[in-house]
Amino acid sequence: MAFRIISPKNVQMIMKAIFWAAGITTIVILLIIIGYVLFKGLPVINLDFLFSEPIDSGRSGGIFPMIISSAYVTLIALLVAAPLGVGAAVYLAEYSGETTAVKIIRFGAETLASIPSIVFGLFGLAFFVIYLGMGWSVLSGGLTLALMALPTILAASEVSIESVNKSYSEGSLALGATKWQTVYQVVIPAALPGITTGVILGMARAIAEAAAILYTVGAALAIPISLLDPARPLPLHLYIIATEGISMENAYGTAAVLVILILVITITTNTLLDRYTKKMMGR
Amino acid sequence: MTKSKNEFIIEKGLLITALSSIVIIALIIIFIFIEGLPAMESYGPINFIFGLDWSPSDNQFGVFPMIIGSLGITALSLLMAVPLGLFCAMFLAEVAPNSMRKILKPTIQTLAGIPSVVYGFFGLIILVPIMREQFGGTGFSMLTASIILTVMILPIIISVSEDALRSVPHEYKEASLALGATHWQTIKNVIFPAAIPGIITSIILGMGRAIGETLAIIMVAGNVVQIPHSIFDPVRALTSNIAIEMGYATGIHYNALFATGIVLFLMIIILLIFANYLHYKKKVTIGGGYL
Repeated sequence: MAFRIISPKNVQMIMKAIFWAAGITTIVILLIIIGYVLFKGLPVINLDFLFSEPIDSGRSGGIFPMIISSAYVTLIALLVAAPLGVGAAVYLAEYSGETTAVKIIRFGAETLASIPSIVFGLFGLAFFVIYLGMGWSVLSGGLTLALMALPTILAASEVSIESVNKSYSEGSLALGATKWQTVYQVVIPAALPGITTGVILGMARAIAEAAAILYTVGAALAIPISLLDPARPLPLHLYIIATEGISMENAYGTAAVLVILILVITITTNTLLDRYTKKMMGR
Repeated sequence: MTKSKNEFIIEKGLLITALSSIVIIALIIIFIFIEGLPAMESYGPINFIFGLDWSPSDNQFGVFPMIIGSLGITALSLLMAVPLGLFCAMFLAEVAPNSMRKILKPTIQTLAGIPSVVYGFFGLIILVPIMREQFGGTGFSMLTASIILTVMILPIIISVSEDALRSVPHEYKEASLALGATHWQTIKNVIFPAAIPGIITSIILGMGRAIGETLAIIMVAGNVVQIPHSIFDPVRALTSNIAIEMGYATGIHYNALFATGIVLFLMIIILLIFANYLHYKKKVTIGGGYL
């Protein structure tokens, strides 16, 4: 038969080459994107760019208000999503069996994780901005982002709580500790690196998001002070100045700042998890 | 006494946090439908979904071209991302030496973390001019959007498929190798078929991400409301439609954009139910295999 002309050994060699090519292609794609953004953006970044206000709606000047805006909305998102996500994870992992109610809760969290960001944006506009009367503000934007970060934090925390060795909690319960004392003083500390990683991943999602806040946070260029001030986080700023052709130079700078933030987050979570696994293996 | 009372309060408190996801989903459904249904009702749900004409100034609200746009961009990006992603996942799970894995893993995490606006910006600055020179036209097209989306959905396809490939029992592989099969024959005929349910899940997740992506697509797809005749035509996705027009929409137009959101929401729900059904079936077959 025709396809038998190539021996299985040669096919093996060819496929191995294809596998390597696929892996290397993925790395090259990342290097091209990050390399280009940093190559064009790094020269724009200096203290003046980071710590001054934009001039002429971003044509020149810096991005200080956008950095503050990003920090502000992300902080609100985490303050709301972290307790909810970790609490839910503790409940699902420690308190509940596999009941129908729990299955519904899981399906809810999964659905929440898959809803398109622009649909979150629509909801934020209808609910926070208009129905609750918060207007275009850091509060509306931050709460919308909290809904998006919640499933990320929940999923990562639940996995890490479930992976805590059962003998730990059994030992604690045998010593007469109550369920909550065991969870609070034994299980959560052991799962903390995983929970922290989950919160950081949620943070990364909030920092990177633009579509969900497009119609909830406003687009003001001033530094937001109160919770009800409108703001313009970094990704939204990049979107506006790039699509309206306001300033390509400042767009490169903003994109580079975002890429650096994501790189720092990725490296931090990896070091954290690395240390955690080493610690667990060492025992 | 007080101790057990405390325990009771804490347990109920945790239950409330667990229920928050359900409450949020319910609120999202209620508010999107309250705002969107009036437009569907007054324009007719069939006309809305299958109507070819979208011109808010003439009160025409047919989203069919956008549905085709979303599905077209998604299909095209899957066509590129699935082969590359699967080979990459097989590479990671089976072939790659440890040193290579240590580079690839963070690469994939970083690709997953880069903001979609940065991808869109890269597409706008680099890819659109290249496409313009190579294929003529404006460079803003369904194909351009698909290429950017390919990179964006690659991480989820790779990581979920890799998990699926890794969870195939080792004995399968060892038995195949012991019978004299080459590594590739083992991957193709033993490991890959056993991992198919997980791999399909990865593709569904990638599809969900592609359908839901908004700003990156707006920046490179051209956003013309039309049913594309070739992959070089500009298209508008459902998500883009909302993001582009919400800024100035009033009255029934505003409602029609929420109705666009309903269509999007339903598409994602169908995908999720399909994924859950697969998951359920997979459990059944694996359990049966062991019994």
